[in-house]
Parts: sequence; C-alpha cells; structure tokens
Amino acid sequence: MDEGGDRIEVRKTYKLFISGEFPRSESGRSYEADGVRAALASRKDLRDAVSAARGALDGWRGRTAYNRGQILYRVAEIMQGRRAQFVAEGAEPEEVDAAIDRWVWYAGWSDKIAQVAGSVNPVAGPYFDFTVPEPVGVVGIAALESPALLGLVSRLAPVLTGGNVAVVLASETRPRTAVTMAEVLATSDVPPGVVAILTGRRGELLPWLAGHHDVDALDLTGAPTELIGGLEAAAADSVTRLVRSTDPLAESPDDVVAFLEMKTVWHPIGR
Amino acid sequence: MGRPGVSDRGTSGVAVAAEAGLVASGAGAPTPATAGWVRASPVDAVGLEERAASLASRSVKRETKRAALHLAVRCTDFTTLEGVDTPGKIVQLCAKARRPDPMDRSVPAVAAVCVYPELVARAATELAGSGVKVASVAGSFPAGLGPISARLEEIRWVVAQGADEVDIVLNRSAFLSGRYGRAFDEIAESRHAAGGAHLKVILETGELGSYDQVRRASALAMAAGADFIKTSTGKIPAAATLPVALCMAEAIREHHAATGIPVGLKVAGGIRTAKQAWQYLVVVFETLGSPWMTPDRFRIGASSLLNDLLMQIRKERTGAYQSADSFTND
Amino acid sequence: MADVERVHLDYAPAPESTDVVRLAPRYGLFIDGTFVEPRSGRELATINPATEEHLAVVADAGTEDVDAAVAAARAAADGWSRRPGRERAKLLYRVARHIQERAREFAVLETMDGGKPIKESRDVDLPLAAAHFFYYAGWADKLEYAFAGRRATALGVAAQVIPWNFPLLMAAWKIAPALATGNTVVLKPAETTPLTALLLAEVLAEADLPPGVVNIVTGGPATGAALVAHPDVDKVAFTGSTEVGKQIQRAVAGTGKALSLELGGKAANIVFEDAALDQAVEGIVNGIYFNQGHVCCAGSRLLVQESVAEQVLEKLKARVATLRVGDPLDKNTDVGAINSRAQLERITELVAAGVEEGGELYQPACTLPQRGFWFPPTVITGVTQSHRVAQEEIFGPVLSVLTFRTADEAVAKANNTRYGLSAGVWTEKGSKILWMASRLRAGVVWANTFNRFDPASPFGGVKESGFGREGGVHGLAPYVRLGAVSHG
Repeated sequence: MDEGGDRIEVRKTYKLFISGEFPRSESGRSYEADGVRAALASRKDLRDAVSAARGALDGWRGRTAYNRGQILYRVAEIMQGRRAQFVAEGAEPEEVDAAIDRWVWYAGWSDKIAQVAGSVNPVAGPYFDFTVPEPVGVVGIAALESPALLGLVSRLAPVLTGGNVAVVLASETRPRTAVTMAEVLATSDVPPGVVAILTGRRGELLPWLAGHHDVDALDLTGAPTELIGGLEAAAADSVTRLVRSTDPLAESPDDVVAFLEMKTVWHPIGR
Repeated sequence: MGRPGVSDRGTSGVAVAAEAGLVASGAGAPTPATAGWVRASPVDAVGLEERAASLASRSVKRETKRAALHLAVRCTDFTTLEGVDTPGKIVQLCAKARRPDPMDRSVPAVAAVCVYPELVARAATELAGSGVKVASVAGSFPAGLGPISARLEEIRWVVAQGADEVDIVLNRSAFLSGRYGRAFDEIAESRHAAGGAHLKVILETGELGSYDQVRRASALAMAAGADFIKTSTGKIPAAATLPVALCMAEAIREHHAATGIPVGLKVAGGIRTAKQAWQYLVVVFETLGSPWMTPDRFRIGASSLLNDLLMQIRKERTGAYQSADSFTND
Repeated sequence: MADVERVHLDYAPAPESTDVVRLAPRYGLFIDGTFVEPRSGRELATINPATEEHLAVVADAGTEDVDAAVAAARAAADGWSRRPGRERAKLLYRVARHIQERAREFAVLETMDGGKPIKESRDVDLPLAAAHFFYYAGWADKLEYAFAGRRATALGVAAQVIPWNFPLLMAAWKIAPALATGNTVVLKPAETTPLTALLLAEVLAEADLPPGVVNIVTGGPATGAALVAHPDVDKVAFTGSTEVGKQIQRAVAGTGKALSLELGGKAANIVFEDAALDQAVEGIVNGIYFNQGHVCCAGSRLLVQESVAEQVLEKLKARVATLRVGDPLDKNTDVGAINSRAQLERITELVAAGVEEGGELYQPACTLPQRGFWFPPTVITGVTQSHRVAQEEIFGPVLSVLTFRTADEAVAKANNTRYGLSAGVWTEKGSKILWMASRLRAGVVWANTFNRFDPASPFGGVKESGFGREGGVHGLAPYVRLGAVSHG
C-alpha cells in the first residue's frame, strides 16, 4: 500500500444508505468509530428511511417469491466478490464465508416458506379454507454489535426473504462492515428503498424507531439490554410486533416466519 | 329517462340496458334487434394480459415494416389539446398533417387532426381539399360532467364549425355508479347531435378499474351508437395499454359478429414510439383481421408519435439510424 | 374519402440464428464425469424433425455401458449423500445459473433436436429448467424442515428415463430433486432427443459436480429397459407413455425399488357458459396446440357447455386459423414439427379413425413444408365418449370436442377415462371452480388457465396417469426414505 511513498490514497467517506443512495446525514453530523468517521444518522434520516421503505414495500412483496430468491442469491454473489474487502475491514474470513452461506440459505426459503408455514384448513363446512403467509411490512432491525457482518446478515436475510422491507441500525462500533454491505445491496438487484442501513448512535435512534407508527415490526435482538423495556413500551403505541431472538446467530425458518402474518381465506364450494 | 334513442336503435337506452342485465328496470320492452347484444362477457385479466404480451413480441418482416409504418401514419389522429393552442399553432399542425415529411413525398397524410372546439374552423380552412379530417373533442371534455344540454350544444356547434369527427367521453360518473341507462342515453343523444359527423366515445379506460368494466363500457357505447370507441383522453396519467386495446378489440369483434356493424378502435395516450404503434397494429390485426387495417376503423391519437414514425420510415429507406433534428417540430 | 388499401401484416420469417450452437459430429456417454465411448459399439443418429437433416450421432448404450454408469453412480452415492446439504445446494445453484447463462444455446438446440417452436423453448422450457435447479438447490440444506418430525435420507442410485417432449425440462425435473436429496443419478434421455441432455452434462461438469453424481446414457428402448432392471438401482423414475409405464412397473415388481411414474393423459378442458369466453378460447388453444400437443397433460378433450358451444366453436375455429405452423426456429411460429415420423403416423391414424367414427374434421388451410414431419392444428367436433379420439391419447395437435349440459355431467364425462393427469375448468364462478376441483379425478386442476408449471407446484397424476409428484416440497418425497428424528 502507501509505504511512505509519494502516492496519496483516496480516503472513503462512510455515509448512510437510504433509498438506494448514499447520502450524508441531514444533520451533517459524523462520529468516529472503527478507525474512520462514519455518518451519524439523525431521527430525520430515520424518518426518511422508513418512508422510503414503505414506498418500496409493494414492489418488493409484489414480486414472485422466485424472483426475490434470485435477487437475494445475487446479493450472495456480490458478497462473495467482496470477501477481501470485508476481511480487510475487520471480519474474520470464516465469518465472511459463514455470512455468505447464511445469505444463500435464507434466499432459498423465499419460494418454500409458504409450503411450510401455510396450510389448507379442513373446516367443518362446504368451504375451501386456506392460510397464506404474507410479509408483515416495514421491519426495523437493530443489528448485533458483533460479529458485525454475520450479526447483520442473520437479522436482515430472513426479513427480506419473507417479502418485507427493512431499516437497519448498524453496529455502532463497527460501521465499516455495514457500509460495505450497503454497497453490496446497492450493486445487486435489490430495488432502492427495500433496505436502508443507518450508522450512528443506537441509543439515540432506537427510541425513534421503536416509537415510529409506520414500522410494522421490530427486531430488537441487537439492542442494548438496558433499553429494551423502554423500546418495547414505545412499540406498544402502535401495536408493533416485537421479535427478539434468543439465538441470534442460529439459522431457522422461524426467523422468517417471525415476520410473516397469516392470512386466512374462505370460499364456498358449490355449483 | 325513457326518451327515445336514435335512428335505427329504436328502443330507449334504459330498456336496452335493462335487457342486457346492466340495470334492473321494468320500463320499456326490448326489441329483438336489441335484445342480447349489449351483454358483456367477463374478462379474465391474467389470460388477457398474457395474450397481449405474446402479441407484443411478434417480430415483423422487413417488407411489412414499411407498409405498417405508412399505415400507422395514415391512421394517426394528429392531436393538440392544450390551453395554449393558438391559430398559429393550428396552421403548423395542419401543414405537418398534410405533409408529414417534406423530404419524402411518399409518406402519406395523417387521418385527421384533433383539436379543441375553438380551433375547428381554422383547421377546417387549413385542411380544405386535403382529405385530412378535422376531429374535435366536445361534450365537456375531458371530465364530461357539464350540463347535458351544453354538451349536446357543443357537439352541434363544432360540427357546424366544420368538424368531420367528434370525440366525446363516456359519463364515468353515471357508469361507475351503475346508472347505465343514463350513460347510454347521453351517448345516443350525442350520436344524434353529431348528425353526419362520426362519433368517437372515449371510455377513459384508466379510470374504469377492471377489464370487465372496459368490456361493459365498450358494449354499452357501441350499442348506443358509437362509430369508434377510444381508450383515453390523454389528460390523466393512465392511458392506452395493449391489454386494454385487446379487450376493446374483442368487444368490437363480438359486436360485429352479433350485429354486422363494424365499430372502429382508437387508441390514445402515451403512444410515442413506432414500436408501440406496431404492437397496437398487431393486436388489432390478430383480433379483427385486415378489414380493420384502415383509418376507417383504426386510429392512433398521438402527437410526438408522428416524428418517431417518420424517423423509422426514413431509417427503413436509407438504412441509417436517424436524429430527431432531421424532422420538423411542427 | 374511402380507403381501399388494406394491409395484411406479414410476420414470417424471423429466424433465430443457430450460430450459438456448436454441434459435435459424435457424442459419447457421460459416465463418471467424462464422455466415454460406448462399450456396445453401437450408435444412433438424431435428426431435426422439421427438416429431416442429420444433426449428430450419439451412443446407443448396451448393458455393459449401463453397468458402468450404475457403478459410477453407486461409487459416488455415499460421498454425495454425506456432503453437507449447503454444499450440495451451492453446486445446484451453480447449475441453475449456468443454464441461465447458456439459455439461448440450449433453447436453439432443443428446437433443432425436437421440433418445438423457439418461442416455447426460449420462453417456457429454459426458464423452467433453470428454475427447477434453483428451487431444489434451496431444499438441499433444509430437508429437516420438509417433513415435519421425520428425518429424510437419500435412497441411493436413481434410474431416470425421460421422454422427448420436453427433453431438457424433464431432465431438470428428474435430476434436481434427486441431487438435492443426496441421491446420484443415471439418466436416459429419449432416443429422438438426446442433445440437450448431453449439453447439460457439459454444464454439470463445468459446475464441478463430482464425477459419478450424474451419468447420462443415451440409447433406445433397450437401454431404458436395462437401466430400470439393473439390480443395483434403488429408485426408478419414469415419464412417458402409460404402456411403457406398466412394463416398468412389472419389471420392478418384487424388487423393493422405489418407483414413480408420470404417464399419459386425456385431459378434459371444461368450458362453462359463464366463463370469460375469449380467454377460455386462448386456454383451449394453449391447452392442445402448445408444443404441438406433445404434452401428457394436454387439454385434448374440450368439454363445452351446450348453451355456448356454437359460439365457442366459432371463436375457436377463427383463432385456430391464425396459428402459424412452420419453421420452429422462426420466432413467430406457433406450432412446430411433429417429433418423429412414427409419431406423425400415429396421429394420422387416430385422426382418420376419428373421422371414420363420425367426427367432423376442421383444419385451417396452411402450407406445410415439404420436408419434415408436420400436422396442422385440428379440431374434431361431434365426438362422443366412445370414440377412440375421446379415449386414446393422440399426443398431437388434435382437439376432440364434446358437449355437456350440467356440471355433474361435465364431471362424469371428464372422469370417464383411465387417465387422470390434469383437467381445466373455465368459469368466472369461484364456488364452481372449487366444486369441480374437488370432484375431478386428476392430479392437477387448472382453473381459468392451462399448462401452467412451476417448480414450487406439485405435478403428477392419478389412476393410469401414474403416481408420485414432481415440484414443490411434495417433489422431494419420491427421493427419500423417511425415518424418525433421532434424539440426543
């Protein structure tokens, strides 16, 4: 690299990921972490991210499950291509491989979860009755502080595979990984707005996320324990669904189902 | 209600609509001629859209392309419907309508120009002797919700001013609230008011909500005497689409099979490229056949489309891709 | 001013280039990861049925070759089933992606070898084949969730024999679930359509699939019989005629081999008076003329409600007259070539029988090419249940038309056949769709659509149309043994 020679490196600016773009915080703030300055998201950035997510929801959930699975597989392809970058930014090589594999694993659920979680219900009458799982909608996610990449992937992939959109509050201490993941998402075929990734102070942002009435579900798995009570109480204001995994780094279809609503339909059978 | 309809339709709008099951009413007895043919078939949206998509991907033979492009020009209703339309603008429009490409005399004239009522007289003067028709919107275009007396008077007025063709809108307020008899009667009365001019009824398909509704509106307009049914006013974002055109073409085919009357199809709104024009031609050809491949039965309402057609015509002739600079803006 | 000039839109030809295909003059057998010469010393020629031109020579595998292929599959079986599911998954995802990359090449080759229109091989066969690999890749590492409370283990070596109507797609339908569940495969493509399977072998090798996991042995009926009868095969999967299906079922009787069969059909496509009639006509046309009617689940019997029969038939005949029969490589062609001379003879014979039995023939005027095997789209009206054309599978572009008065009668007529693969129901009334679906004896019911396939949707028949399902989580079952989940 730059061995005291003459070549000056171009330093990267670590920005937010909202609506498929990389804006600075509207507050103009940044903070230092992980050896760099990263954007310090404000509640207004959060508000914009939720709004963009809501706008992107219909398009994302309206795609076929197969199409979503293909797009998510493409994300894994791009992650694989950036393996060295993830490692250079502090992730263990095994962690990166595990994160890629986990993403592929969840991608494969998109066109299968309905057969596992849905049902045809044998009601006692001449009705065809079926239950179909549907995405809950806009999901706010507090990613794990550490491991930054696997922790992020483990929370985000199951949400997206079910057809939801996500606003992610990244690891506060390791923002670089989150920004690289944002770059991956921006360059695969994920439509703008489907995922937002905000770096910043979680203590500042989480209460706004929890209290936002247009967020349908919250994954507080990565939230600081001392905040949980207050966040859950704030979520109650709009009956936001709460998810907290007890095994955050495990993989399970339960993590997909946690963000699905079951819709049941009845129709008479008769000539 | 119960006012007699027009000419050979005979029976009142409400009665015909009642017979069709469009509205529950005991008033009036249907005649054998009217009974049954206002019935509208349900439409499966997925099947319709699949068929339209498969027609959209037809590849065209080189030799046919030139004829198709010329046909598209001949079927164009060259349109300007802006609040800022001045006599000067109309003069330029009509000159281009008569001779779209000054550098290529083989390019035919368009079918008609389409303008606001105030500009009809000027257009008629400019186009005298050219064979290009003057079409005017009328009837409280585009919403169609002025007093019926004023709407009918506007139709009579533009015809007196020299319009050969009149484009009116379906009363969607009546249609979507189930007052089919009212919607029918207004079209029948408009047909009468237009006298010798031919009447196009704009369904504003983007507002109707489903293909079933488009089919029903098509059947109603044709039964009431429309010479052409047209997709859109061009004044709302939702405009012509291939599935909608296919749906209307199927309705026209049904009507023709039942009555022998050939109603024309006009597609309008959002048609800007030769490729799109070609796709609409295919839909009409595959559904209605060569008898509809004529300006008497098919029109495209457009403004910027014309230049794209000219560009494609010149490219076919010379082999080179063209620049927009080579064609007049008007 | 009256416009006298009418324009007739002329589409043809818009030929797809064959440059993308590189044909070798000869192909060996794909055994243990490489192409090898057949020990039988025999070979077969494959031709383009649209032109009768010779395409290539392929091996005609004998019993020794089948032995070698099964031995290779057996040798690879243990390692493959022990491979972690997520690694099997990633290999299968690669296969799916590679098929997508070379989709145009595959599609053109499929059309050349089999005669189906390029529009179909490009828009249906190829996307579905890739999707099948993609779908089942995702199950390879999720088997513990596919069968609640049960542990799924591979059966071992699967012998798979496939037909000529969807050569690549049938290969995908067979190979993908077998591999996902940890089995290894010996596949025998149909005699007249070996080429896309051999190209698939190339793709499998490029994807670094371990040698022996998939083996492809080309040949005639004797090759298939030898494969099915081989004692070291654990599972047999067959798609083809009911007649051959019965032979296979006899051959494996008492051997303990797992068996799944996807056989013939004589599907009823039922149109009620309250259907969206124009779309129903499209569905009728698609149901029997898609792939020249070479479809096991083809809607080969139109059951139309008498009150709308005349109207539907009028629309149908007008629509059939617009079908373009001709060069399958022309992108505008709707109906391609009949797959072989033998099949053409069978179709011709059955249609003649239909006329002789009292049916009325409708065929639009179309100029058929001189060379190649062709049959125009055909409608036979005035057919009754006892006619051969109402009972026997024609497997060609021939529609037999019967009428009915009530839903009960439609069900009775639809079910009055030894087949039970698929059925179509056209009505805008939801309750009637569900009522008909509950009473039709068919494995697949299409309501207001037809010939819809998806890797997530289970497909297969009842009665003499076979047993077992392909597609969906149900498509895993034929390839696994289910046991209790072990605790501890």
